[in-house]
Amino acid sequence: MKRALSLLLAAVLCTGMFAGCAGTENTSSAAASTAEESKAEESKTEESAADATADLSGTVSTNGSTSMEEVMMGLTEYFKEKYPNVTVTYDPTGSGTGIQQATAGSCDIGLSSRALKDEEKEAGVTETVVAKDGIAIVVNKENTVTELTVDQITKIATGEITNWSEVGGADMEIAFIGREAGSGTRGAFEELTGTEDACSYNQELTSTGAVRTAVSTTPGGIGYISLSSLDDSVNALKVKADDASPAVECSEETVLDGSYPIQRPFVFATKTDAPLSEAAQAFYDFALSAEAAQIYSDAGVVPAN
Amino acid sequence: MQHFPKGSEQNSTAPKTKGIRTAFEKGMNILFFLCGAVAVLFVLFISIYLIVSGIPAIREIGLTDFLFGDTWKSTSKDPQFGILPFILTSVYGTAGAIIIGVPIGFLTAVFLAKLASPRVAAVIRTAVELLSGIPSVVYGLIGMTVLVPAIRTTFQLASGATLLAAIVVLAVMVLPYIISVSETALTAVPKEYEEASLALGATEIETYFRVSVPAASSGIAASVVLGVGRAIGEAMAVMMVAGNVPNMPSLLESVRFLTTAVASEMSYASGLQRQALFSIALVLFLFIMMINAALAILLKKGKKS
Repeated sequence: MKRALSLLLAAVLCTGMFAGCAGTENTSSAAASTAEESKAEESKTEESAADATADLSGTVSTNGSTSMEEVMMGLTEYFKEKYPNVTVTYDPTGSGTGIQQATAGSCDIGLSSRALKDEEKEAGVTETVVAKDGIAIVVNKENTVTELTVDQITKIATGEITNWSEVGGADMEIAFIGREAGSGTRGAFEELTGTEDACSYNQELTSTGAVRTAVSTTPGGIGYISLSSLDDSVNALKVKADDASPAVECSEETVLDGSYPIQRPFVFATKTDAPLSEAAQAFYDFALSAEAAQIYSDAGVVPAN
Repeated sequence: MQHFPKGSEQNSTAPKTKGIRTAFEKGMNILFFLCGAVAVLFVLFISIYLIVSGIPAIREIGLTDFLFGDTWKSTSKDPQFGILPFILTSVYGTAGAIIIGVPIGFLTAVFLAKLASPRVAAVIRTAVELLSGIPSVVYGLIGMTVLVPAIRTTFQLASGATLLAAIVVLAVMVLPYIISVSETALTAVPKEYEEASLALGATEIETYFRVSVPAASSGIAASVVLGVGRAIGEAMAVMMVAGNVPNMPSLLESVRFLTTAVASEMSYASGLQRQALFSIALVLFLFIMMINAALAILLKKGKKS
């Protein structure tokens, strides 16, 4: 009797679980297979080039932006496959330090997650934008608000605006949903909206997907996610740089042409008057090559080339 | 290869085989001892590791600032590492779960042990067993998709990810522990006690609450302590429903527990922030140790009486 019951209950639970899984399983396996395909293609191109590159050796030292860690990890990993004898070091110190080190010549490539200032360029470094990081501002599908200015976003983030009616929406409290301290997306959002250490969050979640889900289930929710993880479950707002400028949709094109305001470049800073070492040049070329594009997309940013 | 005399111990009196046998016995003894030592070693290693890696940050921040500071801003320019909000949230959250979970669990245990017909008891017991087998991430998932929106609409909040949601989830999670341990304690009360009470004219309910429950009190107390331990150590489920903002605890606000404080920031933490997370883990570890000590004392008491 008892055994039969427990079996029955377990069976009910199991069918419930599988029914729940069925929908998502297909999409995820499809995504996995496309990822595999693209990887397979990459490895084909790599094989043909492998003979020419295997004998290059040396060290490439990079230093700078902590936000570029994911991009650098990806680049280093694939670069290592192509040039097994070249070591790439990455020192996450911060954009300012990275540019200084490149200027002083103590590293080959300085990494910066902001455009170089004029005085930095005058000091003898050239900037090369390798990718652009766009941050989409997303709201629930029920929300009638379709555009906000950067200033309004800042005020929502700091808790100055707390109701959607203040920005032309329905009378509904705003739930500001973001990422945990230390996340690159959070760092970029707070830096670009000038809200460092001033954000008042309703929820701090540990992944982009969690933010998206929370926004999609909270009618008054607003959150920020990287452009690459945007999907149909939420609405991305058009953003105006200020009241006078046009509202710009968040897409790869608008991030690339610079019209979407909440974005930042990922920059390689190199010495203007001294040539790169052979190994560093190879890494530089690789970072701008077509095969590196997938690496940037995987890291959630838009490749510049 | 010598045949090992498995079934012929009585017959083998030759000194040579005896020597092999004692050596074998000793060898097995050592093997068993080593297996036992593994558990002790792990506990020792984890304790020492936590203390060694948790102390430096506490030293740097200062014990009072760390334990009684009410602001946690780990990545701000002027970082603050006060974990009082986490400690209080863990205490309140656990207390809330116990306040809801213990009456339900305790009464269920009395029902199962004394009143229920065997058939009904079998069904409930099976359900309780299954409840304890559900992974915490599943509790979190259901809490996130069902409970959090329900709390949001009931209390007209912007976001339903609150301390209340965490308390409800934890209450359900501690139920099976309270029920099964209390039931065992109640079943172990000698029948003679109850028979004597009934013979003196007490009703069934009077007997159970005046005689059986006091006799099983230490076991029931142990079940509560076990529930406390379970609730305070839970990370995954509360991380998914509590919102994780380091606020001072308040029932309808987003909060961060000791466990989730470690889990949510660990992936990108560095420097003092990372060390401080280890210190939080150390504080949590001490809490759990105290709870375990209380449990051991209670169980010992129960055996004596």
